[in-house]
Amino acid sequence: MGKDHSTNQGPLSRRSFLGLGAGVGASMLLAACGGGSSTPPGAGGGGGGGGQFGEGKDYTGPNVSLAFWNGFTGGDGPFMRKLVEQFNGEHQNIKVSMNVLQWADFYPKVPTAVSSGNGPDIAIMHIDQLATNAARRVIIPVDEVATVLEYEESDFAPAVWSAGVWQEKRYGIPLDIHPLLQYHNEKFIGQAPTDLASFESTVKDAEGKGAQNPFWVTSTWPAHLMWWGLIHQFGGTPYSEDGSQAQFNSEAGVEALTWQISNIQKGYSPKNVAADAQAVAFRQGKNVLTWDGIWMMNEWAKINGLQWQASTMPQIGDQQAVWASSHNFVVTSQAQKDPNKLQASKVFISWISDHSIDWAKAGQIPARASVRETPEFKELEVQNIAAQQLDYVKFPPAVPGIGEVTAPTFELAVNEAVLGKKSPKAALDEATSKANELLTANKKKYGG
Amino acid sequence: MTTTDLGGRATPPAAGPGAGSLRRGRGRRGSGGAPGGGGGIAPYLFLAPYLIVFGLFVLAPSVYVIWISLHDWDFLLPGKPFVGLRNYINMFQGGTVTSGPFWQAMEATGKFVLFSVPLLVAIPLAVAVVLNQKFPGRNFFRAAFFAPYVLGVAVVGILWAFLLDPNIGLVNYYLNKIGIDNVPWTTQTPWVWAALVGPTVWWTLGFNTVIYLAGLQDIPRELYEAAKVDGANRWQQFRNVTLPGLRPVLVFVITITILASANVFGQPYLITEGRPGFETRSAIMYIGQEGLREFRMGNAAAASFILTLCLIVISVGVFVLFRERRER
Repeated sequence: MGKDHSTNQGPLSRRSFLGLGAGVGASMLLAACGGGSSTPPGAGGGGGGGGQFGEGKDYTGPNVSLAFWNGFTGGDGPFMRKLVEQFNGEHQNIKVSMNVLQWADFYPKVPTAVSSGNGPDIAIMHIDQLATNAARRVIIPVDEVATVLEYEESDFAPAVWSAGVWQEKRYGIPLDIHPLLQYHNEKFIGQAPTDLASFESTVKDAEGKGAQNPFWVTSTWPAHLMWWGLIHQFGGTPYSEDGSQAQFNSEAGVEALTWQISNIQKGYSPKNVAADAQAVAFRQGKNVLTWDGIWMMNEWAKINGLQWQASTMPQIGDQQAVWASSHNFVVTSQAQKDPNKLQASKVFISWISDHSIDWAKAGQIPARASVRETPEFKELEVQNIAAQQLDYVKFPPAVPGIGEVTAPTFELAVNEAVLGKKSPKAALDEATSKANELLTANKKKYGG
Repeated sequence: MTTTDLGGRATPPAAGPGAGSLRRGRGRRGSGGAPGGGGGIAPYLFLAPYLIVFGLFVLAPSVYVIWISLHDWDFLLPGKPFVGLRNYINMFQGGTVTSGPFWQAMEATGKFVLFSVPLLVAIPLAVAVVLNQKFPGRNFFRAAFFAPYVLGVAVVGILWAFLLDPNIGLVNYYLNKIGIDNVPWTTQTPWVWAALVGPTVWWTLGFNTVIYLAGLQDIPRELYEAAKVDGANRWQQFRNVTLPGLRPVLVFVITITILASANVFGQPYLITEGRPGFETRSAIMYIGQEGLREFRMGNAAAASFILTLCLIVISVGVFVLFRERRER
C-alpha cells in the first residue's frame, strides 16, 4: 500500500510540474509572439520579416511534433524515411513523424484529414495538385518560407519554380523533378536513338537481333505521359496557356498519338499491352526499348543480368520535350493553427531541401541547381542524364482541378486509340470536348 | 346430475373468473415480470445498441446523401450552392458530362450482374449437391472449394491480372502452346467480361456453396426416402424434393449475390482498370472517382442514390417473384 502511495504521488507531482512547465512555455510563447509583432523587423533576415512562419531559419521554441505525409510507397520510401530519422536526430525540439500512403489514396484522404485536424502539418504533393489543393484551402501560401530561406528562381529549374504559383501566391517548395526517360537493353541495342530516323533504325536492328517486339506501346499508364511529351514535340500544347481550354485534338496532338500507334501497326509493339506488362517485359528482356519514369531505374537495377542503359528521350517531332512532374513541399491549413508548427515546418523543409542529394539517390533530380552542381550529384549517372532534359520538361498550367481532368479525357483517349477502339482523331476530339466541359465546371466551382 | 352439474359449473365460474384472473393476473405480473420485463420499453432497450449504430452509420448518412445530392457539393469549399434536382436531371439528360459516364458505368455493372449471378447461383448449387453426398475425401473438397473465398480482393485481382495478361500472362502462354493466339483477356471486349466474371466465380463460389450445403442438410431424409419409394429417380428427387426444400435458401443466395455483384469494385479496378475505355468501370468505381477523386460529391451522391434505388427495386422484385410461386 505504502509503495502504491509513493508511486501514485510520483506521477502526480510530475504531472503538476509538467503542467507548470507547459504554462510557462505558453506564456513565453505568447510573449515571443507579442514581441515579434510589435518590434519592427530589422534584426532578422532581409526585409520581409517574420509573418506567420516566424523569423530566421531556426526553431528555438518548445518541443513540437510535425505530421509529415507523402505517397512514397515504392523504393523511394526508405530514402525519405532515413532522411526524416536523421533530421529527428539532429533536431531535439522537432519531432517529425512520417506517414506513407498510396498516392491514389493520398489525394482524397489529405483534405478530409486536414479539415478534421488529424491530417498532416506538412506533406509532399505533385505539382499539378497544388492549385487544386490551394483552391480547396487544404494548403497555405509558402511565399514567406521561400523568402526567409532565401530561395530564388535562379536556384531552381524555371519551369518547376513558376508552376508552383497560383493566383500570384506560391504554394509549393519544389523538392525534385522526375521526368520520363528512355531505357534500352544493351544486349539488343548499342546506341540509344536520339531522333526519329535513329529510332526506326535502332528498333529494326533490335528486331534483327531477335527481339520480336522491341518497343512495347502500353494502353495504360504511362502511355498518356508519353503522349504528353510528344504533343509538345510536335509543336502543340495540351492546354491553352491560361489553362482554360483543352487542345488535345490539335494537329500536334493527333500526330503524336498516331505516331504512338504506328509502332503497333509496324509490329514494333504487340497489341493489347495491359498495365505494367511493358515494364515486366523490359525486366524479362522482351521489351528492349522503353520510355518510363526515372523512378524505375532502381527497379531495373534489382534485376540480375539485365544490362540496361538510360538516355534522354529521342526527338520524334520538331523539337525536344518530355513529360515530368515534381514533388513539392506543402504546408497545410492544419499547421496554420500553431505558430510553432509553422516555424518548425520551415526548418524541416529547408533541411530536407539542403539534403536533397540523398533524396536524388531514390531516382530523382533535385529541384535546386546548387545541389545538382555538387560533385556528389555528378556521380549519379542516370540522374545526370535525366537532368539534361530539364530545359524542356513540360508541366500543366496551374489551374485548380486540372490534375483530375487527365483521367477521364486524354488518358482515356490514348487507351482507346492504342486498343484500336477509336481513331486517334475521334478519341482526342471526344476527350477535348469533355475536358472543356470539365474546365468550365472547375472554373465555376473554384471561382476562376 | 343437472343441478350439481349446474351448481358445480355455476359456482366455479362465478367465483372463479374473478379470483382466478386476479390470481393469474398477479401471477403473470409477479412471475413473468421479473425475467421478461413486462412489455413497455424493455424490447427497445435491447434493440437500442443496434438501432443507435444503424441510425448513426446507415440511416443518418443515407438521409445526408440525399441532402448532398441536391447541392454542388465539395466539403472543403465554403460555397455549396443548392442546385435542386439538377444533379439528377443531368444524369437523365443526354449530352452532359455526367450522364454518359454514369450510365456507361451502370451498364457495365448490369452486365457484370447478368453474367455472374446465374453462374454464382447455379455452379455452387451443383457443387453443394455433389459435396452433400458421402464419399471419401469429402471434407477435403469442401475446404478446397471454399479456400479461395478467404483471399482478399486485392490478392485475387492482382493474381488474375497477371495470369490473364494478354502478352505476359500464364493463361495465354499455355494457349499459345496448343496453337491459340494471344487472347486480349484484360484489354478488349468481350474477353474482359470473362476476365472479370471467371475470377469472381472462382473466388466467391465457395461462400454460396456453404450456404447451399447448410440448406441441403435441413431437408429431411424421409422426404428422399418417400420419393424413392414412389419410384422417383435422381433428377426427379432433385426437382421435387431438393429444389422446393431449398427455396428460402435460394431466395437468400440470389438476393445477396445480386447485391454483391452490383457492388463490384475490386475486380474491375485491379484486373481491367475499367478498360477498355471505361467499358468495365463499375458504378461503385464511377461513384468513387467522381466523389473522392474529382470532388463532385453532389453528383456522386445522386449517382449512389440512383444505384441504391435500383438495387432496392431488384431485391424487392426477387422476393415478390419467389413469394408468388410459393403461394401457388
